[in-house]
This record gives sequence, structure tokens and C-alpha cells, in this order.
Amino acid sequence: MISIENISKWYGDFQVLTDCTTHVGKGEVVVVCGPSGSGKSTLIKCVNGLEPVQQGRILVEDADVTAKGTNLTRLRSRIGMVFQHFELYPHMSVRENLCLGQQKVLVRSRDEANAKAEALISRVGLLPHIEKFPGQLSGGQQQRVAISRALAMDPIAMLFDEPTSALDPEMINEVLDVMVELAQDGMTMMVVTHEMGFARKVADRVVFMDAGRVVEDRATEEFFGNPESERAQDFLSKILNH
Amino acid sequence: MGDFDLSVIWNNLPFLWQGLQLSLWLTLLAVIGGIILGTGLALMRLSGIMPLALAAAGYVNLIRSVPLILVIFWFYFLVPLALGRPIGGFYSALIAFVMFEAAYYSEIIRAGIQSVRKGQVHAGQATGLSYWQIQRYVVLPQAFRNMIPILVTQGIILFQDTSLVFVVSLRDFMTASSIVARTEGRLAEMYIFAALVYFTICFAGSLFVRRLQKAKTA
Ligand SMILES: Nc1ncnc2c1ncn2[C@@H]1O[C@H](COP(=O)(O)OP(=O)(O)OP(=O)(O)O)[C@@H](O)[C@H]1O
Ligand SMILES: [Mg+2]
Repeated sequence: MISIENISKWYGDFQVLTDCTTHVGKGEVVVVCGPSGSGKSTLIKCVNGLEPVQQGRILVEDADVTAKGTNLTRLRSRIGMVFQHFELYPHMSVRENLCLGQQKVLVRSRDEANAKAEALISRVGLLPHIEKFPGQLSGGQQQRVAISRALAMDPIAMLFDEPTSALDPEMINEVLDVMVELAQDGMTMMVVTHEMGFARKVADRVVFMDAGRVVEDRATEEFFGNPESERAQDFLSKILNH
Repeated sequence: MGDFDLSVIWNNLPFLWQGLQLSLWLTLLAVIGGIILGTGLALMRLSGIMPLALAAAGYVNLIRSVPLILVIFWFYFLVPLALGRPIGGFYSALIAFVMFEAAYYSEIIRAGIQSVRKGQVHAGQATGLSYWQIQRYVVLPQAFRNMIPILVTQGIILFQDTSLVFVVSLRDFMTASSIVARTEGRLAEMYIFAALVYFTICFAGSLFVRRLQKAKTA
């Protein structure tokens, strides 16, 4: 479904990504991890073309994200994305946050969009808060709204960039639970996270990045049981022991 | 002279009120027009489309390097030439103010747009909204919310600047006051009164701005 083929990317002279290759099959969950600054966010933003790449290509289903003529807005409307800092629209209510894309991009009627918004928001247990503004919600609630906003577009795949790392510890699980449920429903997911419990539970594969390269790309049990590279061993021992 | 005679104000109130109305209308319309045109210029500058960005930047820099009074003169003489017929002092002054203020507003609005977090744009892009939809529904509403105090402040400055329209023989509040002052020989009364009126209006405006700022940080 998502196929990343030998991509390289530079910010000016600085090479952020070097020859990265991986793929996410339909219904698969792939977790991306690695030290800070290793290029995880950059990699995931390349998948829906928020960041351009200079070499290599990325295919989503059969559309080439990196090709010149590709209709990126259309492609993006089919891939959901969830950000570290939620990025809900602060001047709109929860309901409006969920309806904007549906009405303006998918051209759904107001009733249709509202029905979808209400259904998704009740699924994450926030229906009583649907008329509130993001600033009135806790971080965990906001992130659940953000996930629902992405789902409202009926995406074929979901991208997550450290969805729980800005949350207070006691709110992490309410968000992870939603994500686990999504994975179990068969959603195709690419998730940048350091939540190794989540990875063990639902990931099919783990991609480990360091200094802009994909250092390991292996089945989850293999990755945790026996990471090949020293850098991944280091990383795992640090993250699991703290 | 000598004695302070306030009845001169009372006797000429209708005439002065007409002048004030002209000043207020000019300010209001120029603020609205300036913000609309300024938003357009700001969007052009930030669009990443080179010819548009350069044209807008050139315009802003040109206008900002000439005095307002010159712009008012330009449009007074140029607009009738361009249209082939006179349009009168009010409209030429209005156009001049809109064109002039737009350059200043566009810089304020550009800063306002840039103050909206990049992640907000990413969020809009990620749901498939187009560039213009993102500006319209996501960025500009937040940018304006942050900018209202500065926009109002700029409006207060504009209100004071409207006193320059005497150069195209418009009778704004300042001009009306001078006329009364001279014809009635009551310079002290009239100029103190004019100062009080300007002060009251501008002070009320800045109190309003302070309240907005407080509401924002609360
Ligand atoms: N717009 C940019 N311009 C220049 N350099 C950038 C830009 N964005 C990111 N970088 C650099 O690229 C590298 C990779 O950044 P990226 O955000 O992808 O890392 P990350 O793995 O997501 O890190 P973190 O765990 O801190 O989120 C970093 O060294 C960062 O400083
Ligand atoms: Mg990151």
C-alpha cells in the first residue's frame, strides 16, 4: 500500500534522509523509532508529500507521491495524519474540526458530515464535548479528537508522528487504546512512536532509524528478540530501562 | 479675542459634525479597503509564486518610501487621467488612503499569518485542503484574531492622517475646525476643541485595544 523506495532528502546542504526504503502493506502496522533527530518525522511527512524528496520515490497504492504531475491534495485527502501537538484548529469547535475537511474536500453535505462526526466522536467517548473548543479539552482528549478528524475523511491509511509524546503520562493510554483498536480493525498504519508496548502489541514490523538511515526493518518479534545493529540494541536498552 | 467664548463651537456644530463625519467615513472605508487589499498583498507575498511575490513586495516598498501626502496628490491627479473623467476629492482621497494603508496592513497581516504555527498548515494540507482553503478557513481566522489590536491601532493612526485631505480641498474635521477658527476669529477655542475631539476618539480607540489585548491573554 505504501512503498518507500530509496529516498534521499536534503535541507540545503544537510542530508536528513539517506537512501531510505521500507513499505507498509495493506492492513499492516509499522512502527518507526529511533533517536531524536534521526529523521522519523521527516520520513513520515514525505509519505503524504508534506515534505518533498530529492531522490527515490514513494508509492501510495498506485499513485506516485514524488512524481511531478501527482494531485497531492487529492492523495492527501485519502491519508490521515496525526501530529505530536494535535494541531486541532483552535478557533473551531470539535464538531467543526471534524466537518471542515469532509465538507470542503469530500464535498459532503452538512448533515452527512455531522452524522459522521458524531459517530466518530462517540467512538472515542467524547460526544458530550463535541461543541467545545480544543483549548477546553485535555491533551489526551485533543489527540483523540485529532484521530477522529483524520478518520472522518475515510482514509485508506493513517500516519502518526509521535502521537503520545506531548501528553502527560496518565493520558497516554487513552490515546494508545484508540490506536490499538484502529489497528485491530485492520487500518493500515505507519506510526512514529517510542511506545514499545504499543509496538509489541500491534506492530507487524519495526523500522529503526538512525542519522537519516533505515538501520533495521524487521518483524516485531525479531526486532525485540534480537536486534542486529548495536545502535538498535543501545536504543532499546535505553528506552526499555527508563 | 482675549475672552474664551465656547458658543462658537455650539453655533458651528452642524458644520463641524459634517467634517467629523467625513473623517470617520474616510477612516472606516479606508480601513476596510486597506485590510482587504492588504490581505491580498500579504497572500501574494507568501504564495511562493515568484512574480506575484515580487510584484507585491515592490508595491509595498514603493508606497512605504513616499509620504502619504504625495500619494494623496498622485491619485488626485492620476485617477482622473486614467479614467478620463474627474471623480472628486473624496473618492480620489479614499483610493489614495486604501492604496497607502494596504501597504502597511499587508506587512501587519503578513506577520500575523506567519505567527500561525506551521503545524496548522500541515494539518490542513494533510486533510487535503487546498492552499486557498487553508488560508481561508485555518490560517486567516487565527491570524486576524491575533492581529485585531494592531489593526485597530493602525486605524487610529489613519484617523489622524485623514487631516491631510485638506490638500485636495476636502472638508474633514480638521479643515472644518480651521475654517471656523479663521472666519470667526476664534483660533484658541477651535484648536483646543479640535485637539480634544481627536484625543477623545483616539484615546477611546486605544482603551478598546487594551481591552482586546487583555481579553486575548486572559
Ligand atoms: N525544516 C528544516 N530545516 C532544516 N533542518 C531540519 C528541518 N526539519 C528538520 N530538520 C533536521 O532534520 C533532522 C531530522 O529531523 P526530524 O524532525 O525528522 O527528526 P525526528 O527523528 O523526527 O526527531 P524527533 O524525535 O526529535 O522528533 C534533524 O537534525 C533536524 O534538525
Ligand atoms: Mg519528530
